[in-house]
Amino acid sequence: MKKVSIVIMAGAALCALPAPAQFNLAGSWAQRQHEDRGERGGGPQIGDYTGLPINDAARLRADTWSPDQWTVPEHQCEPHPIDYAPLGPASMLITADHDPVSYDVIAWHLTFAWMNTTQTIWMDGREHPPEQAPRTWMGHSVGRWKGDILVVDISHVKEGWIRRNGVPRSDLAKITQYWILHEDILQLVTVVDDPVYLEEPSVRSVAWQAHTGYRMGPYPCSARVELDRPRGYVPHYLPGANPLLRDFSEESGIPWEATRGGAEQMYPEYQEVLKRLLSEDAQ
Amino acid sequence: MNSRAYRRWAGALPLLAIAAASLAQDDSRDGEEPPALSVIPVQGNVYLIAGAGGNIAVQTGDDGVLVVDTGLPENAERVLAAIRTLSDRPIRFVVNTHVHPDHTGGNGTIGAAGTNEGFRDALRSEPVVPIYAHETVLHRLSGAIEDPIDLPVRSWPIDTYHVDKFDMYFNGESIQLRHQPNAHTDGDSIVWFRRSDVIATGDVYLTTSYPFIDVARGGSLQGIIDALNELLDLMIPDRNEEGGTLAISGHGAISDEYEVVNYRDMLTIIRDRIVALIDMGMTPEQVKAAQPTFDYDGRYGIDSTLWSTERFIETIYEEYAE
Repeated sequence: MKKVSIVIMAGAALCALPAPAQFNLAGSWAQRQHEDRGERGGGPQIGDYTGLPINDAARLRADTWSPDQWTVPEHQCEPHPIDYAPLGPASMLITADHDPVSYDVIAWHLTFAWMNTTQTIWMDGREHPPEQAPRTWMGHSVGRWKGDILVVDISHVKEGWIRRNGVPRSDLAKITQYWILHEDILQLVTVVDDPVYLEEPSVRSVAWQAHTGYRMGPYPCSARVELDRPRGYVPHYLPGANPLLRDFSEESGIPWEATRGGAEQMYPEYQEVLKRLLSEDAQ
Repeated sequence: MNSRAYRRWAGALPLLAIAAASLAQDDSRDGEEPPALSVIPVQGNVYLIAGAGGNIAVQTGDDGVLVVDTGLPENAERVLAAIRTLSDRPIRFVVNTHVHPDHTGGNGTIGAAGTNEGFRDALRSEPVVPIYAHETVLHRLSGAIEDPIDLPVRSWPIDTYHVDKFDMYFNGESIQLRHQPNAHTDGDSIVWFRRSDVIATGDVYLTTSYPFIDVARGGSLQGIIDALNELLDLMIPDRNEEGGTLAISGHGAISDEYEVVNYRDMLTIIRDRIVALIDMGMTPEQVKAAQPTFDYDGRYGIDSTLWSTERFIETIYEEYAE
């Protein structure tokens, strides 16, 4: 966790130019798609776990995951969960509820373009609901200001994914957001600490630019039976039987071992490991 | 505890252990206040009371109160107090999803606190609160099917059904009990509140651990998977695979279709893996060594002396190796 804190501190330091404390998030924001290219558009290839601090349990679930899952009606209209939704397409509309007397912000409502999911960040000091309350894609968010950074603690999230090629994130994960404003750039750093599927917390950042002319469109989804399946059909591969798993390594030239993820891949020292693996592959 | 009382509860011990583990609490700690029960609005007229053993669903309205499952006997008075925070109308009906004492243990106390003029005690002609359940629940409690669970007569169901479903109408709402054969036990009912759009699932669906398959009472993994598929047939989400029909799990959280489909997927995948290993000629020990549940153990694994992930795998092996 110490290393994670350093990453967050470093991110905050880079944005430490004058910014008003407790800034106003409300408005429309266009996404800056300048990082994490693999998560955009068609998304990552099967078997690409590069850079993810996943453990063996996550690896097995991802290895046995089948994209055929999206033919099952119950899985067709799943939006991205709160820790993946900001990766996009995620231009945002943000509104606020104010106390009618003090004008203090009671809640921020952040609506993401992809499937119009809305995160509500409660700023009125309320606690999270009881353990037995329902889980949602956006979770239950409670915000507090730490200087000029809005820190958001999120609970009650549905099981989701670290990467949309079957790499899981459990519903026991603790998710923390750090919102930072740098002039007209709004930056989000998300830390996911999942005791089930991560060796170390996953840390990602994304950014938006203020865009007053942005208009969000509706994004409805209704599930359809596109293929007749037996009742209870669950697409998956048995362990060791996924024929697509090595395609990413073979097509990209990234050594198989390096496609498998792991906490060590988050650190610069891994470059030396990668050089060695590439050298071994070349021989 | 005397030997007779011990025998009464011996059959229930695995369930008590699961309830305790899943709720991460121990109500029996000497000198300590038991943890407060959680009372959570679910949807429509239906509420959840959690922390008394198995989850309890409560439907309220002008006609009175209907209670699905009643928790452990030692928590019954606290459950009554929780019900009274929801409604001061009389308790009119009790429904049991299955026979286990963490779901039926409060039947007597909670039934005695209510009244229903339409139902009379055969011996004393007093109005009583009818307890509904599948008939095997009565058979087991009454000894018609030999079973160590032994609740007082006043805790037994007085009105049972033996077909695939049983219909009720109460508080302006259609309610259906749907039997799930050979699932968690041989007498599981899911209770569907059609206007509120809520289903009390009993222990065919949990969010806390792998399911307890009570083979001695007719349970099977395939029955649980079939029950989950039936739940999925009944559940319709609101937008984005969220909300809509809500399920009150036997233990753990309120869920929508997404959680139920994930649980179904997990059990189906584990079943398919174990069947594949059986087909390869593996012994139970070899199957356990292959860790067919490895990627789910961190979330659903259980390790008590009476029910464990290892026993879960063995039970599935025994079911499909036949």
